[in-house]
Amino acid sequence: MGFSRRDFIKKTAIASAAAAIGVSVPTKLKADSVQRAKSGWRWDKTTCRFCGTGCGIMIATKNDKIVAIKGDVAAPVNRGLNCLKGYFNAKIMYGADRLKKPLLRVDEDGNFSKQGKFQPVSWQRAYDELEKQMRKTLKELGPAGIAIFGSGQYTIFEGYAASKLMKAGFRSNNIDPNARHCMASAVAGFIQTFGIDEPAGNYDDIEVADSIILWGANMAEMHPILWTRISDRKLENPDKVKLINLTTFSNRSSDISDIEILFKPHTDLAIMNYIARKIVYEMQDAIDWDFVKKYTVFATGPVNTGYGMRTANHPKFTDKERETVKGQSSKIVSKAEGKTLAYLGYKEGDTMEMKNAKGAGKHWQISFEEFKKGLEPYTLDFVANLAKGDPDEDLETFKVKLEVLASNYIDKARKVTSFWTMGFNQHQRGTWVNEQIYMIHLLLGKHAQPGNGAFSLTGQPSACGTAREVGTFAHRLPADLVVKNPKHRAFSEKIWKIPHGTINPKVGSHIVKIMRDIEDGKIKFAWVQVNNPWAATANTNHWLKAARQMDNFIVCSDSYPGVSAKVSDLILPSAMMYEKWGAYGNAERRTQHWRQQVTPVGDSMPDVYHIVEIAKRFKLRDVWGAQNIPGLEGGLPDVLPKAREMGYKPDDTLFDVLFANEEAKKFVWPDPVGKDFDNTEAVGDKRTITGTMGEEWKGYGFFIQKYLWEDYRKFGVGHAHDLASFDRYHEVRGLKWPYVDGKETQWRFNSKYDPYAAKQNYGDFAFYGGALKAIPQGDLKGVTDPVKKPLKNKAKIFFRPYMDPVEMPDKKYPLWLCTGRVLEHWHTGTMTMRVPELYRAVPQALAYMHPTDAEKYGLKQGDTIWVESRRGKVKTHVETRGRNRMPKGSIFIPFFDEKVLINKVTLDATCPISKETDYKKCAVKIYKA
Amino acid sequence: MENKDSSKISRGDLLKGLVKKGGLMMLGGLPWAAYVEENKEEEFVLRPPGAVDEKKFVESCIKCGICVEECPYDTLKLAKPGDDALTGTPFFTPRDIPCYMCTDIPCVEACPTDSLLKDLVSDDNDKYNIEKAEMGVAVIDRKNCLAYWGIRCDACYRACPLLDEAIVLNFERNKRTGKHAMMKPEVNADICTGCGMCEHACITEKASIFVLPREKALGKVNDDYIKGWDKEDESRLDSTNIYIDKNQVEKSTLDYLNDTGSLLNDE
Repeated sequence: MGFSRRDFIKKTAIASAAAAIGVSVPTKLKADSVQRAKSGWRWDKTTCRFCGTGCGIMIATKNDKIVAIKGDVAAPVNRGLNCLKGYFNAKIMYGADRLKKPLLRVDEDGNFSKQGKFQPVSWQRAYDELEKQMRKTLKELGPAGIAIFGSGQYTIFEGYAASKLMKAGFRSNNIDPNARHCMASAVAGFIQTFGIDEPAGNYDDIEVADSIILWGANMAEMHPILWTRISDRKLENPDKVKLINLTTFSNRSSDISDIEILFKPHTDLAIMNYIARKIVYEMQDAIDWDFVKKYTVFATGPVNTGYGMRTANHPKFTDKERETVKGQSSKIVSKAEGKTLAYLGYKEGDTMEMKNAKGAGKHWQISFEEFKKGLEPYTLDFVANLAKGDPDEDLETFKVKLEVLASNYIDKARKVTSFWTMGFNQHQRGTWVNEQIYMIHLLLGKHAQPGNGAFSLTGQPSACGTAREVGTFAHRLPADLVVKNPKHRAFSEKIWKIPHGTINPKVGSHIVKIMRDIEDGKIKFAWVQVNNPWAATANTNHWLKAARQMDNFIVCSDSYPGVSAKVSDLILPSAMMYEKWGAYGNAERRTQHWRQQVTPVGDSMPDVYHIVEIAKRFKLRDVWGAQNIPGLEGGLPDVLPKAREMGYKPDDTLFDVLFANEEAKKFVWPDPVGKDFDNTEAVGDKRTITGTMGEEWKGYGFFIQKYLWEDYRKFGVGHAHDLASFDRYHEVRGLKWPYVDGKETQWRFNSKYDPYAAKQNYGDFAFYGGALKAIPQGDLKGVTDPVKKPLKNKAKIFFRPYMDPVEMPDKKYPLWLCTGRVLEHWHTGTMTMRVPELYRAVPQALAYMHPTDAEKYGLKQGDTIWVESRRGKVKTHVETRGRNRMPKGSIFIPFFDEKVLINKVTLDATCPISKETDYKKCAVKIYKA
Repeated sequence: MENKDSSKISRGDLLKGLVKKGGLMMLGGLPWAAYVEENKEEEFVLRPPGAVDEKKFVESCIKCGICVEECPYDTLKLAKPGDDALTGTPFFTPRDIPCYMCTDIPCVEACPTDSLLKDLVSDDNDKYNIEKAEMGVAVIDRKNCLAYWGIRCDACYRACPLLDEAIVLNFERNKRTGKHAMMKPEVNADICTGCGMCEHACITEKASIFVLPREKALGKVNDDYIKGWDKEDESRLDSTNIYIDKNQVEKSTLDYLNDTGSLLNDE
């Protein structure tokens, strides 16, 4: 009866073959001229608010209201299309409960009280309290006592302003984005492998790849428009183009895949080594030796690195938690690890002491022979038995799938593009799996060429553009610079025109550690900007209690009330995306700018304002004197004398020095690029808001966004991170950096396309990234020669072994839990759950499970259940049907629904190198509620 | 989709007891069908799973409300005056609350009459199988369905409890953009139960996929033609009954032949 998905593929194949004849791809799209402009409508370009794809959007406004949106047909990413979230970009702005006034917890007398109830206050009252609390913490704990939860959804200007304020002003590196949860493993993979962040390729790889392999990336739901491009590629040549979906459960990306490979959590580490073993042991001809010898070296690193958790003696852990957390200090080597770690002398049952929990990222060069030796255990038999994720699948079938997977990579005639997202990145060995995918591509010489490459997708709209490129991380400065490096600090201090020695050399707290520090009383002032960390951070029971029950002050800048606002002490209303000027950078290095389209609602203000206003309240003398930093010997120097030499006065404010300096004021407003557009930050707007100083808000008087952009841009120009001028982005639909001599760069590291690679004069390729480019020599066991040898223009091929995750299902907690997203909702749902249509489409986070598992636990479809881990529990409903089909032993619960706060259940184990949380695996039990 | 609290005693519970005690006799004699109002909208009413055909349903339903009480999702409502359905009978409106397709089908289990028949929603082994329900069939308005514009929506597809069976995605190349595919939902009427999860999930202002009673939504092919390319299709004609009397010459045939009419006239 009926037709299966497979039949449909056949059917569409025929249809598409016919359609292929005479398909004309529009070469030049004149978006605006085609459009009949309705009277009084102003159309302007912008981008989508949601995922990392970066679709172009056009917005029509009339009388200061958004009247319509449409996909931008001139945008190369989406050519006028959107997904169902993109369709609602306008509607997300007008939810009934938009935050419109600053809200402060006050007692009956109107004084701030941690136990008080939220009451509307003026911007001035809000900032008086903000300043007071910040001063209190700075006095008690110094710069290490304050923190900002930043975001991959910050506009570039916001991220840059926040980073500059913290690093150049307050001299604190405690700013870290939610992108840590999302992309940090990809970043660490890039830096360790190539010495420079972000992908070599771009989305155009899709249209030329012969094999497209998804590793832990449900693109059908998470990158909806890119998925239509992949689907189109498949339809274009269904027989030739192969799609393989590697995942731990069956999802919608399997719909048009040729092969779906369901693997056990964490065994992607083993599967990639199987492919490498096949290449190295059985098909050495497949190795591109010219490429490997000229452009790569082999490397490895320590394995006893822990799981990024605190140790079990931490007083805030429960005994149940300790059962898992003890793995941070030592573990018993499992049967599988007995094989995969035999090269280090481990055997099953041994105790592994996690001696390298600090310094997990160190690595050294090894020989090809050593590399080969490491791969020895990963035979087809061993890996298939270890990795087969569906108990109901026949082992032989699974083996055949693995072989076909390997051959898709190995076949010299095939161009292969690998995509991944959270499956790789949210992983207790996330940096390793990232490195392993490059291992395969580099061995085969299939990287940095059209259609050939490993491509890390981003989840958030500006994870690349803001979090990574601006460097709103605890260890980073703009353009891949790091605070640890004295030269990088000096370079940054020069651009920022601040005294030498101002920037704190000690790496700050990453986002999970900010939470832990709050719980430990080490951070007492924290500011949430453009994210929802109390909903999104794993093991959140700890953090919820810490925020509400401890002595601290939490500020939350947001547009809608969510979990984080609820546990805050002060809430600042934020303007939404189209109520301010902005820029985002998508996953393919494409930077896109937009103009402010409408006046913000209520008294809400752009986050640039939130950030810059606090700078007005601190003088240089408050922050640039000597500072005590825990763990930094000698602390931070007094830079006030140097500041004086530079012409600054101790009574100058951070606002004067960092944001409203002479250079900034040269960016005048009005500016032709903003003709007929508002600029709330520059000149205020029609609302006549009373500002933080009690004044009628009339703006900074200059084009602050343009200044922030041009100031930021100095970091990358000439350093392989070249961005174009502010105005240029308003003439085009985004540009892929490095943007050199008026041209964007399609494929980096490839001398044909990348001027920086060509400039090296090294050959067809040059992996010119400069970070970690001199390493010691050694063998699989460790360093044998500590002298660091340079590897100019070379990438590293890492050997990384398979290891178990720290918590696996057992008798007490028999099921794997994986969390993630659904197409209909964005992250923690603060915006999309307010769109009635999207709410109705998916009103609740359900527990997807195999029908047999439901039966096993006495449950049926729709039953209310508890899902409980060693850390917490949530109530939800059983779903045995629908979009995600789980193998036995695994459940999936998305995280968009604050009524089902799944991060009470998840484990805050991270990749020890990247510090990115593994949201994809922990152990739970389920029972009827 | 909160499960409702069923601790309270209601009219339905009382009636259920009454029926079990033989009270059906008292109620059963009432000619409900005589009260069928002349309301055309009624023809578009969706009934609970296992409902017999509409005519029989209104005749046999005693308006006891037990099925409504048993529905854990408040999907089923008893029609009030002014509703599209005959007053007192159970129906549902998927855009408000769809049928969540309970595997144990409590509404059918509870029905004291032959209005909701277990046989219609069970496998041969007498075990409930909600997938056999024929409450209606989903219909797509292709003009307003965003997926047919090329928008990556397919919310209905992902909401479908029988995803990839009752609703499948039809992948087509988007000739305008040259590099994207359209993913158009299509309903397989043989499998669709009419639960309305798709209609509920549809993100257009008014749903562009909606459930109609099968007799309203579906055409019917003739019983004397089968698909030559589909071996299974013969089974459709198992009950065919084309009747031609082999002996009698029809009167109309003779009349036609005997009437030369104007054949021989020039005018």
